[in-house]
Amino acid sequence: MALITTDEQEALRDVMRSFLARYSSESDVRAVMDGKVGYDVTAWRMAAEQIGVQALVIPEEMGGAGYGFDELAVVMEEAGRSLFPAPLLSTTVLATSALVAIGGSLAREYLARIATGELVATVAVSEALLHWDSADITTQAEKSGGNWRLSGSKPYVLDGGQAGLIIVAARTGSGVSLFAVESGADGMAVNALESMDQTRRFARVSFDGTPAVLLGDDGSGWETMRVVYDRALVALACEQVGGAQAALEMTVEYVNMRQQFGRPIGSFQAIKHRCADLLVEVESARSAAAYASTAVAAGADDVSVAASIAKVYCSQAFYHVAAECIQMHGGIGFTWEHPAHLYFKRAKSSEALFGWPAHHRDRIAGLIGLT
Amino acid sequence: MDLDIGGDYSEFQDEVRTWLAEHLVGEFTEHRGVGSPTDDTAWDVRVEWERELSKGNWLGLTWPVEYGGRGLGLAQEIVFEYEYARAAAPARVNTQALDLLGPTLLAFGSEEQKHRFLPRILAVEEMWGQGFSEPGAGSDLASVRTRAIRDDDGWHIDGQKVWTTFGDRADWLYLLCRTDSDPALRHRGLSLLLVPVAQPGVEVRPIENITRSKEFSECFFNDARTGDHMVVGGVGNGWRVVMTTLGLERGSALMPMQLAVEREVNELIDAARSSGAVSDARIRHRLVDAKIGVHIMRSTTLRVVSDLLDSRDWATGRATAAAATASKLFASTHHQSLGELAVEILGAESIFDAANASTWARKLFLLSRAETIYGGTSEIQRNIIAERVLGLPR
Repeated sequence: MALITTDEQEALRDVMRSFLARYSSESDVRAVMDGKVGYDVTAWRMAAEQIGVQALVIPEEMGGAGYGFDELAVVMEEAGRSLFPAPLLSTTVLATSALVAIGGSLAREYLARIATGELVATVAVSEALLHWDSADITTQAEKSGGNWRLSGSKPYVLDGGQAGLIIVAARTGSGVSLFAVESGADGMAVNALESMDQTRRFARVSFDGTPAVLLGDDGSGWETMRVVYDRALVALACEQVGGAQAALEMTVEYVNMRQQFGRPIGSFQAIKHRCADLLVEVESARSAAAYASTAVAAGADDVSVAASIAKVYCSQAFYHVAAECIQMHGGIGFTWEHPAHLYFKRAKSSEALFGWPAHHRDRIAGLIGLT
Repeated sequence: MDLDIGGDYSEFQDEVRTWLAEHLVGEFTEHRGVGSPTDDTAWDVRVEWERELSKGNWLGLTWPVEYGGRGLGLAQEIVFEYEYARAAAPARVNTQALDLLGPTLLAFGSEEQKHRFLPRILAVEEMWGQGFSEPGAGSDLASVRTRAIRDDDGWHIDGQKVWTTFGDRADWLYLLCRTDSDPALRHRGLSLLLVPVAQPGVEVRPIENITRSKEFSECFFNDARTGDHMVVGGVGNGWRVVMTTLGLERGSALMPMQLAVEREVNELIDAARSSGAVSDARIRHRLVDAKIGVHIMRSTTLRVVSDLLDSRDWATGRATAAAATASKLFASTHHQSLGELAVEILGAESIFDAANASTWARKLFLLSRAETIYGGTSEIQRNIIAERVLGLPR
C-alpha cells in the first residue's frame, strides 16, 4: 500500500482549494452560521457543477464519477481546512456510502439526484449514544397493508433540517433495517438544534407513524451501517487533519508576526517548542488518517481498527491544536471576531461526533482482543 | 496491510527471506531481535552474525559495487530492512559505519578514502565510533574545541570527546575537530577527520550508563596522529559534511525501530493478558494508546518510505520531510511511555527483582531515557522543527 497522494489527487486538491477560497472564506462561513438555511446553497450547487464533488465516489454504473476513497479523503481534508459550510459529511459520506452499499433502483434514483447537487441527504442512526451501536436503536418500523411506518426519535441528526432524504435506522421484527424518509413526510417533526459548533447543523428528528420506504433487505440494515460507520470515521478524521493544519498555520503566522518585548513571540522557545509539538501531532494525525483512508480504499481487513485509531488520534490532535491556537493568540483569540473559536468549536464537536475517543479506545481494545 | 512499495521486488524479497531462513539458525535464533544501535547485548554473537551477513553480501546494498557494495536501489534496501526486521534478526553492530560514516564517505570522501575504508566496513574488519560531542559541546555542537593542527607528517589532535557509542570496540573514530583556531569562525573552522584508535595518543574510557552497561565512552586525544589525507570533504568543511549527510533521515532506518517497538507492544499485551492486568480499564486504555502510537509510527514510516521511492530524490523537497523530522520526537516519547507502562504491568518484580523474565521491561524503562537525548535532544528537535519546518524566527 502507498500512503502518499498521486499527482492526480494533488491536482484535485488544487481545484478544491481554489474553489473553497472562492466559496468558503471566513465571511462565507460566518454568513451561513448566521443564516437560517444552514448551508450555502449556491456553493453546494457550484461544487456539483464545477468539480463534481457529490458525484465523486458514486460508482460510474450508478451515475457517478467512480473515484475511490483516496480522492474523497483529499476533498474532506480541504473542506476541513476551510470549515466548508455545506452538507458534505452528511450527503457525500454518510448517505452516499449507505445508498451505494444498499444498491437497487430506489437507491440509484436518490444517488442520481445527489450527484447533481439537487438532493441533500443524511442518515439517522444513533439515539441515546453518540457512537453507533445496534442495541441503541429503539425507533420502531411497523408494516401494515404493505406500507412501513416509523415511530421514535433521533436526537442528533447531522443536517437533519437541511436534508431532503433521511435514511433512518429502525427496528423491525427482523432486526435493524434502513428506511428512506423524505422531508415533509407525515408525522415527522424536525427541530433545529443550537449546536455549540455553528458550522455544522444538527436537528432532532421525531417520527410518529411516519410513512417510510424500506431500503435494502429487511434486517440487513446494521450490516450496511457497519461499513458506513468506518467510512464516516475516516472521512471525519481527514476533515480533522485539514482543520488541525489550518489552525496550526494560523498560529504560526500569528506568532511570526506578533511583536512583544521587541521581538516576534515566535522567537521565544516557550512558543517555538509548543508549535513544534503541534506539528508532530498534525503530521502523526495525517499518518493515521492516510493509513485509514488507504485501508478503506483497499477494503483491508484492519479497516475498523485503523478507522477508530484515526478517530481517536485526529480528534485529540485537532482539539489540542485548536486550543493552543487560542492560547498563542492571546486575548484576540478569545474574541468572536477572530476565527480561532470556529476551529476550536469544530474540533470539540468533531471529537464527540460518532463517539468520543474513550469509546473508540474500547472499540479498539475489543477489535484487537484486549479484553 | 503489508508493505507494498510498488514495482515488482518479489524475486528479491524471496531471495532475502530464503537467505534469512537458511542462515538465521543455531545460536542466532536464540538472539532474535537482540541489541540495538545503542545496546551492546550479545556483542560477540552479533559480530559473528554481521560476518554472516557480509559473506551473504547483505551489507551495503546500495553502495557501489567497486567499494564492495551491491549497487542496488533504495527499494531493495527497504525490502531487505523490512524482511530483516520481520525475521527479528539480531541488530547490526557497526551501524556507525554502515548508516553514518559510509554514506558520508560516499558523498564527500576521496577515492582513496572510499577504497581504503568502505570494503573493510562491509567485511566487518573495522569498527567505527563517532566523536562529535564534547564535555563542553553537546547540543551546541558548533562549539567543539578538540583541535587538529597540520604539519609535515599529518594531523596532531588534542582534546576530548564524549558519548562515543561502542567507542571501546572501535578501531577508527570519525572526529569533528577545530582546524582553524579563529573563534569568530565557529562552525566554519571545523573539519571531519578519520583517526585510528590503536596509537599512544588515543585513550578510550568506557562510561557506565544508568543500567551500568558500557555502551558509550569518553575519548582522550593527547597528540594523537592521523594522516594528511584523512580529512573528509576538505579542511574547514566539517560542519557542512556532518550536517548534510548525517542529518539525513533515512526511511529504511525508521523501519527496524518501528517493527522492534511493535514486537515490544505485542509482548506487553501478551504479558498483560496472562497477568490479568487487562481487566483494569486504565491499563487497557494505556495499552490501546501504546498500540495507537506504534500504528502511527508504522503509518508515518510507510508514508516516508513511499515518498522516498516515489520521488527518487531522497535528499530534498519531499512532501513527507516534516513527518520524517517529527518521527524522532514522536518515537522517542512513545517509547518512554511504553517503558513506563511495561514496569507497571509487569509489576513489582520488574522493579524489585531483576533476575527473571521482566528484566526486559526494566531495561526498556531505563534505556529509553536516552532516546530523547542522543542524536539531538528533544529540545533541539523542537528547535529544528520550529525553525526549519515551520519557519519561526531564530
